[in-house]
Order: sequence, then structure tokens, then C-alpha cells
Amino acid sequence: MLEANHVILAVSVPPLRALRRPCDLPHRRRLPAEAGTNLRVLPPSAMGIKSDDGAKSAPAVAATTAAAGLPFSLRSVKLKTKQQELLIRVSVLCLVYVLAFAVRLFSVLRYESMIHEFDPYFNYRTTLFLTRHGFYEFWNWFDSESWYPLGRIIGGTLYPGLMVTAAFIYWTLRFLRFAVHIREVCVLTAPFFAANTTLVAYFFGKEIWDSGAGLVAAALIAICPGYISRSVAGSYDNEGVAIFALLFTFFLFVKAVNTGSLAWSLASALGYFYMVSAWGGYVFIINLIPLYVLVLLVTGRYSMRLYVAYNCMYILGMLLAMQIRFVGFQHVQSGEHMAAMGVFFLMQVFYFLDWVKHLLNDPKLFQAFLRITVTCAGSVGALALGIGTASGYISPWTGRFYSLLDPTYAKDHIPIIASVSEHQPTAWSSFMFDFHILLLLFPAGLYFCFKRLSDATIFIVMYGLTSMYFAGVMVRLILVAAPAVCLISAVAISATVKNLTSLVRTKSKVPQTGSAKVTAGTKSAAKAALDQSLPFQKNVAIALLLGAFYLLSRYAIHCTWVTSEAYSSPSIVLAARGAHGGRVIFDDYREAYFWLRQNTPPDAKVMSWWDYGYQITAMGNRTVIVDNNTWNNTHIATVGRAMSSYEDEAYEIMQSLDVDYVLVVFGGVTGYSSDDINKFLWMVRIGGGVFPVIKEPDYLVNGEYRVDKGAAPKMLNCLMYKLCYYRFGELITEYGKPPGYDRARGVEIGNKDVKLEYLEEAFTTSNWIVRIYKVKPPNNRR
Amino acid sequence: MRKSWKTDSLDISGDWKRAFPSAASSQSPGLSVSPLKSPSSPPRPRSSDLALRAAMARLRTLPLALLFLLLLGVPALFSVALGFSADSPTDRRLLVLVDDLAIRSSHSIYFRSLESRGYELHFRLADDPKLALQRYGQYLYDGLLLFSPSTKKFGGSVDLAAVLDFVDSGHDLILAADASASDLIRDIATECGDPAALVIDHIGHAISQSDVDHTLIAGDEFIKSDVILGPEKIKAPVLFRGVGHSLNPTNSMVLKVLCASPSAYSANPKTKLSNPPSLTGSAISLVSVVQARNNARIVISGSLDLFSDKFFKSDVQKSKSSTKHEKSGNEQFATEISKWAVNVRHHKVGETVEPAMYRIKDDLEYAVEIYEWSGTSWKSYIADDVQVQFYMMSPYVLKTMSNDQKGLYSTSFKVPDAYGVFQFKVEYQRLGYTTLSLSKQIPVRPFRHNEYERFIPAAYPYYGASFSTMIGFFIFTIVYLYNK
Repeated sequence: MLEANHVILAVSVPPLRALRRPCDLPHRRRLPAEAGTNLRVLPPSAMGIKSDDGAKSAPAVAATTAAAGLPFSLRSVKLKTKQQELLIRVSVLCLVYVLAFAVRLFSVLRYESMIHEFDPYFNYRTTLFLTRHGFYEFWNWFDSESWYPLGRIIGGTLYPGLMVTAAFIYWTLRFLRFAVHIREVCVLTAPFFAANTTLVAYFFGKEIWDSGAGLVAAALIAICPGYISRSVAGSYDNEGVAIFALLFTFFLFVKAVNTGSLAWSLASALGYFYMVSAWGGYVFIINLIPLYVLVLLVTGRYSMRLYVAYNCMYILGMLLAMQIRFVGFQHVQSGEHMAAMGVFFLMQVFYFLDWVKHLLNDPKLFQAFLRITVTCAGSVGALALGIGTASGYISPWTGRFYSLLDPTYAKDHIPIIASVSEHQPTAWSSFMFDFHILLLLFPAGLYFCFKRLSDATIFIVMYGLTSMYFAGVMVRLILVAAPAVCLISAVAISATVKNLTSLVRTKSKVPQTGSAKVTAGTKSAAKAALDQSLPFQKNVAIALLLGAFYLLSRYAIHCTWVTSEAYSSPSIVLAARGAHGGRVIFDDYREAYFWLRQNTPPDAKVMSWWDYGYQITAMGNRTVIVDNNTWNNTHIATVGRAMSSYEDEAYEIMQSLDVDYVLVVFGGVTGYSSDDINKFLWMVRIGGGVFPVIKEPDYLVNGEYRVDKGAAPKMLNCLMYKLCYYRFGELITEYGKPPGYDRARGVEIGNKDVKLEYLEEAFTTSNWIVRIYKVKPPNNRR
Repeated sequence: MRKSWKTDSLDISGDWKRAFPSAASSQSPGLSVSPLKSPSSPPRPRSSDLALRAAMARLRTLPLALLFLLLLGVPALFSVALGFSADSPTDRRLLVLVDDLAIRSSHSIYFRSLESRGYELHFRLADDPKLALQRYGQYLYDGLLLFSPSTKKFGGSVDLAAVLDFVDSGHDLILAADASASDLIRDIATECGDPAALVIDHIGHAISQSDVDHTLIAGDEFIKSDVILGPEKIKAPVLFRGVGHSLNPTNSMVLKVLCASPSAYSANPKTKLSNPPSLTGSAISLVSVVQARNNARIVISGSLDLFSDKFFKSDVQKSKSSTKHEKSGNEQFATEISKWAVNVRHHKVGETVEPAMYRIKDDLEYAVEIYEWSGTSWKSYIADDVQVQFYMMSPYVLKTMSNDQKGLYSTSFKVPDAYGVFQFKVEYQRLGYTTLSLSKQIPVRPFRHNEYERFIPAAYPYYGASFSTMIGFFIFTIVYLYNK
């Protein structure tokens, strides 16, 4: 049935909408039992396709009757074009699928098959544990090697979706006798799911617009840099599968709303469950969908389909989500999930009112009833919320949630969130960088969506607008916005190109169609008639088409370039251009971690800033004090305090934490700017947030952060400074500069004569990026 | 009696200040050792002095016998014994560095007593060019006796750092200084925790048969530890001539074994005392013991003569006292425990296997066996004050363990309701004994998901609600579908 779309689209759309309306309320309410039987009979794509069928059957019948007189060959030829169209669509999808996978392999080719960044190392470690010890051990895993001495209940504090997915793929491949290593599976999980996302994007695009828009959406999202940044090979992070799950859930929900089918809404509940198991970003779904339902209610688009879809999805999704230990009872206890519950009750009230309205035929009586009911329901809801919040049963919004709504919140209140670079507000340039022409097409797509408003387009508009707002608040949320932007832009491209090509075609076809062709629908015919009056119409259309293709090809070039240059670096191996233009690789991180693994006692405790915690446990296999799971602010603040104290004070803190080694990252030799000295002010802020003895102004000179001679005395003598610059004063880093010239900050350091009393240098990597110090035991004789 | 002593000594020092008003604190706080000074111009005699002497005399009337040997020998032996590894307590190679090989004969009693205990003594001149403490990374000796106070520089590869490394690797050191102590020796003493080495003088000087010398001190302010000095009281004062030293009050590792009496002070006898001495009374340590964190032991004696045959044999009589002590009671100072042998076990109640991890609210038993080295053999150690901590950043459980009189200490307790990486900690520090510091890391995990109760009574309303809803829905469906 899909094949016919190209030809009959203009015809099929109006009847589709016409059909949808009547089948809404009365039809449903009359016979629930009948709806149930319908569902059982129909294939999964039940209602929507059915109406589609209805729309098409009429012209199709007409066509067949008209063509009855024609010879058999013509019919077979016509079938062939349909097949061709299908073939083209399938092959385009396949190519897009392969492209989405292949473009993410730059990192593997450039470097090697390795896990990137920070969090992926934790995910990799847990996946390894899962494949080795099985699911139950994983579920109950208490990890005593991180957050020493507190430990961390891994099973209860992670989203297991990613690990279980990777392990499942691994087990399947093993079962099929492919002897792969789990690391390869982990490396390629994100590209695999990105490829799957393109399929979902296709179906989603088809659902909200047409299959052409779906194809464009698939192609756009396959290479959209905003999405690639989180899904290159090796970026084994929750987002890798979560964006797939997010889009899939949305697609299924829209499908459920469009069809009113229990099966689709059940599917969307399952999709939601997968999303909850994979990423904390599920909160976006559980807030966006109620918001969407609310908008539909307000705009008078309430329908039985919506009622079925939302209730089923919410109740089942909530029950399923509670099975994830990390989420637990949050769906009924946390402020962030209350909107969904409120909308659920509102739906019931709405349904009830509708029923009462149906019973009471007197509008005045109904108005009075409505007033009373709404007031009662509103006050009961507000009361319940108030009591729940006051009694502590409903937890207030978390800091992260606040910082999403108010971009300045984190900066003032939660330094630990504000300190993460991916939580910074987004710069305009990164919008351009990540979206390129989509940024221009996005408003155009919105225009088209508004022009042809339906339940589905309303959804995508809301998804696009909200996620754009969040993308502006936090850099990392560009990722969430990427699918919406791609879909909306795809609508714009598809609609524009379709209009333009139809112009080009009608012009050329005018002499031919003169011979009474039935196919030209009302719309295109009207358009053609209108357009005929315009001069150079065809030329302009061709020029515009060429322009569109030029833009799209620029987009493709830009995306490839960004992927290969910016987003394929593993960040654990650094690359730079040497003096002669050659590629220089700094593999210092792994050098240091393997040194730790091989040269320190197995129960050694390593203190470092939390960024490196996951990597140390995963690669160095040593216990760390804090890591990237920043669940205990006090513990992190303790480490921050130690780093920003004088050596003797820090020594006491380190003794109390049984620290054996201290690891710092230092970029002064290589010019690597995201090192610990540049992160140091955050350590001071976080430490000072809990221990007021640490004061930020002590480390600044006139509000300026310096490490040279003019630096604050406390800065020059704190532990972090000493550890970073120990023996650095003897080193000449750059020709023509004095010894102790810090290339990352471009100054000569202020304290060249660093003496360590309680620590001793244990290991410094070849480019000085990682420096490890051993904490001396207490003086033997005093 | 003691109390009156103390006040007396305070008085005296106060008096000194008055007597020498110009006395600014010109005493260098460092290690300047000035030779002993006999109080050629002692403070004006005061009535309190007399009282003091009387008190001392009374003290001395105790039936004391022999002195010297004892006092000196004991800590020395003691310390040497410490260095043995628990596995081979028979390694007893000692290196004795002397200025002059004559010391070998002049201190023969002491050396013989060491040899009789099974030590193997190697005598070397301190400036022997072939001197070496270690070869190929292995230490050649288990203990070092520095009887060479005036050495400026050791021969061979030995220097200050080598000696300190020797100590830091767990070996023992006996250091004897005297008035002529060189900077090197003083540096070693300083590094081992004694910041100042100064001269001592004493009103209660010893009267020996030959001459009256106020720099010769009869000390009897011993440390009150059976372990260091033996279970029997040392009955005679110890003869001492040399430099005293003060201890850094922040250093908890060092103990005064013998300190000066309240009337002592340190100064240079050859020069006129123009300033009040900065070190007086019991702040002056004559012999002290350092027990390092790695349980290496160091004996620092301000006097080399202390170990000499002459002093060992000489009778002792404190000045102004009529009592004479014939001999020092060296043998009384039997070496006591040198080292612990420890055996730790822990397990859940009712089990014997040692788990790798506990769960919160487990009942566990902790047992530790403690033995002491009696000098010849391992004996079980009996005490009632050994405590165990269950520790994570702070002690969650602190319990005194009961013992079975055979050295096995045990206790049982419930793991607290907190998960994390805990430690069993036994910190047992007793004077003279090696510090016993055991810690064993053990993670404590929370409940597994299937270790909670399956059904709890409080939830029965909910069970009832959910099942009744299910049944109700089923009935409703049937009624709705087929009731027409």
C-alpha cells in the first residue's frame, strides 16, 4: 500500500484526514468490544493503515476499472514501477543504514578499536562483569573498588540497558559461533544503534509526513554531527542506545495516538521501558508526552485514540520502569514525574466530563457541572501535591532538573554540575557546528508542520521546540534535539523538493497531460493552473532545486569533515600536528594506567580528581577515592580540599582516606589545556562548598587566575600546584623560552623550586601528561 | 616525696634565673653539645637543697645492688632483639663501630654479655674504608652499635643516610655519644628524633671510689616499664657521664629510659655559666629509646662510658648519701618481648571459612592470637585490654576482646547497618612493646535483592488490593461481555 503514495499522495491525504475525524469519538465510544476485536484481527499497523487502505481503495478500484481495457503488459509495467519505487526506497534505506554505521568508524580507523572518554570505561567495565558473572551477580554487584571506603552499589545505581544490550549482542554472536571479544561489541554498539535510529527516523518521518520525508530524515540523521558526537565507534555510552530508544518510543507513541491502538501503545510502553533502562534522559519522555497530551486537550484535539494511547502507555510504562532499580518508585514519588501523573488524572476527568456531557443534553447544566468538577479536581490535585511535598513523600525537583529549567541555577548552587563541560550552556557556534543547514531548515519545517497540523505534526513541533530549548541550556542536550531537528528539517526539504519537482514536472508534462490524464489530483492541478501564470517558473524551480542540492551536499561534506576531525578523537589518546605537519600521538593516559596496573599493589588506593576515576578503575584496576559517578558530593569535596590545601594538611586528609598514590593530569609540557590546573578552580569551588576553610579568593589575584609569579601565594603552594609543577622548573619546554614555561597557559610558572615533603614522584609519563605520586608512609622515626 | 621534689626543682630553676639575670635565651636550640660542667660555682645552697638531698639519700637507702651493667645493658639487648624477623629470631649479627679498638677491651663486660646472649659481634673501626652495611641490597647486619662518638666521617659507603636507611629498613641502632660527640653522631641522633643534645650536670652526682666529679651522675629516674627494664626493679642508680639530650615533645615515638634528676642542668663545665641553662631537671634525657614506626629500635645514650667496664664495676654512691651500691644489677634487666607474632582470623558466626566480603547485619567473630618473644621463645601474651575496631573512616564497633589465657583473643559482633570497605583494626601500644598495629580490609555489602523478606505483613493490604482488583476486573469483563 505504501508504493502508491508517490502517485496518489495528493489524493490520499485529504481522505485520510477526512476519515480520521469521524472515526474518533463516536465510533470508539460506541463499541469498545468491537475495537478490541478489530485489534486482534488487524496486523500491528492496524488503524492508520486501515484508513490509508480506505483512502486508496477508491482510486485504486477506479484505476483498475479504467485500465481494464488496456493490455496485460501495461499492468505488469505499472506493477514494476511500484516495485522499482519500493526497490529504490529499500536500497536508499540500506545505503543510509550502512552510511550511518560507516561514518562512525573514523575513530577505529584513525586510532584503534578502543573505548573512548570517561564514562564509557565504566560501562565497559560493568559489561565485562556482566558477561563474566551473569546477570544476577551484576544486579547485586557491590563494588568496593570505587568510592573508597564507601563503596558503590553498582547494580542499584546504574541504567543497565546499555550493558545488557551489549551483553545480549555478545551472547548472540557467541551463540552463532562468532568468536568476538566483548570490547569489539562495546565499541560498535553505538554505531549499530545509530544505524537503527535511521530506520526509526524513516518510519517516524513517514508517520508525521510521508515516506519521502522519512527517507530524508533517515539520511539527515545518519550524518547529523550533533548525534554523531555521541555515537562514534568506541563511544560506549548510554546515549548511544538511548537516542534510538527515545526516538523509537516517540514513534510508537505517535503511532498509537494516530491509530488509537492498544497494541501500539503497549509497544510504546515497552519502548519507554527500554529507554528508562538505558538513560536518565527518560525524564524528558515522561514530561514531554504529558505536555503533548495537555496541548492536545487544550487545542480541542482530545480523542479516544489519545485516551487509549496515553493511559496504556503511562500505566504500563510506569509499572515497567519501576522494575529498574535505579529508578524505583520515582514515578510516584518524585516531583519530576508528577506532571505525567497529573495529566493521567486529568484525562480521567476529561473522559468523565465527556461522558456526563453525553448523558446531560442540557448545556447549561453541563456548564455548572463542569465548573464544579474542574474546581474540585483541581483543588484535590493541588491538595494532594501539597501534602505529598510537605510530608516529603514526593521529593522536590533535583538540582539537575532545576538547572535544566533555569540555566543559571547550577552555576550558583551546584558547582559539581556546573563544572562539567558538557553541562555548559551552548554557544551559537556549536549549534552551527552540530546542525549546519538544519538550523535554517528547522524553522521552515516548523512552518510546513503548522501548515498541515495533525496530531503527529503537533508532536514533532513540540518535541522540536522543547528539545531546542534544552539544547540551548546544556551542550550535551543537542543530542536530544538532533532527531527532532532532523525530522522537522526533513519535512521542510521533502515538502520543498516535492513542490519544486512537481513544478518542474508539470511544466514539462503539460503538453502530455493535455491528453486527459486522471492522475493529477485536485491540488496539483490547481497549483499547476496557478503556477502557469508565473514567468520563468521552471527555471526558478530548477535553480532552487540546484540550490537545495548544493546545500545538502555542503551538509554532507560538513558532517563528514566534523566527524573525522572533531568527533572521532577518543580523548584518551591525544593527537596533535607536529612541527612538520605529521601526526603526533600522545598515549600518556594508557601509559600511566598500565603503569598503575603493573607497579602498584593490588589494593592500592589512588586519589585523583573525579574525572579520571572510571578510567583508573577500568584500565588501572585500582581502587579510587572518587569517580565520575558523582553521587557523594562530600567525598568529592574532600578530595578537592586535599588538592587545594597545603601539603601537610593534604597529607592528613590523604592519611584518613588511606591514599597510596595521587594522580594528576598536567598539560604544561604538551600544551594540553584540559588538565588539572585548568580544572583546579572547580576543585576549589567544590571543596569550598562543603569545607568553608577553602576560599576561592585565596587562589585568585584580583579575580584573576594565574600560575606565574604574580599568582596568589596559596595557589603557588597548594598540593595541586606542587604536584603539577614538581621539577617542571628544570625543564625547557619551548625553544627561546625560559625553563618552566607552561605551554598550556603560556606563562613561566611562579614557583620553580617545588619541594615535596610527604609525597614522592613515582611515575611521570613520557609527555608529562599524567604524573603519579606516591604518598610516603609517616616518618619512620617521629 | 616525689611531689616535694618537683616543687623543689622548680624552685631551684626559678632561683637560677634570678641568680643570672642576664640570661637571655642565648642557648642555641640546636644540637650544641658542650662538655659537662662540674658546678664549680654551684647555686647558693638553699634549704630546699638540703631537703632534696635528704630525700635522695632516703631513696638510695633502698637495698640496691648493682647498677650499671644493668641499666645500660638492658635497653641495648632489648633493642637488638627487636630486629629479628619473626621467622628467624636467631639472626644476630651486630656491627660495632668504634673509634678505637681499645673500647673492645674497656667495655668488654658489655660485649661479653651480648655475646653470651648469642649475638655475633663484628668490630670495625669507624673509619675503616671497607665499611659497608649492605651488599647487593642485602643488609649484612641486624644491628648497629655506634660506639664511636668522635668520628667525623665513617669509612666506606657508610654515611648518615646509610645509617638512617639501615634503621628505616627495620634494623636496630645503639648510639652512644659523649662530650666529644662529633657533628655526625649528633646528626644521627637528631634524625632519630632527638632535636637537642646537650650537656648535663647534676647535683646528685655520684660519688665513686676514686674521685668526686659532678659530671658523673648517678641516675635513677627510670622509665616505669617492666618490659624495657625487666620485671624487677633496678635497685641502684646508673652512673652516667656525658651529654644529655632533650626530646621533641611532639614526637610520640621516643621514650626517656633514664632521665636526669630535677637538680640536673646542662652546661659547659669549662666556661662560666653566664646564662641559665635551657635544659634542666627531668627534661633532660640521659638514655632514651626510639621505637620507629617500622618497629626498628634505637637506643641513644649520652654517655659511652655508661657501657664501660669501669662504670659497670664501680660502686655507686650518690653524693651526700652514705649508702653504697656494690654492683649494678644487669641481669635483672632481662630482655623482654621483642616482637609480636600475630595470627588473625575472622569468620561468620557458625562458620569457619574466612569470607572475602561480609553483608550488613552479619554476625561475625574476630580472633587474633598474640605471642610475644621472650628472648628465647615465643610465649602467648596475656592481657585484658586488647581491643578491636571495625573501622570505616571512624570506628563503627569498638570492642574489648576476651582471651583464653593462651594468647587467643576473640570477640563477636554484628556488622553495622552500613556498607563500605571496613577494616578490622587492632591498635595496641604498650610501653616497651613493639607497636601492634593490625588492619585487615574487608568489604561489607548491602543485601542482595533476594535476601529481603519475600512477604512482609505490612504489605498485606496491598497484596489484597492488587489481587482483588485483578479478580474484580476479570469478573467485570465477563459480566460486561456476556451479560446482555
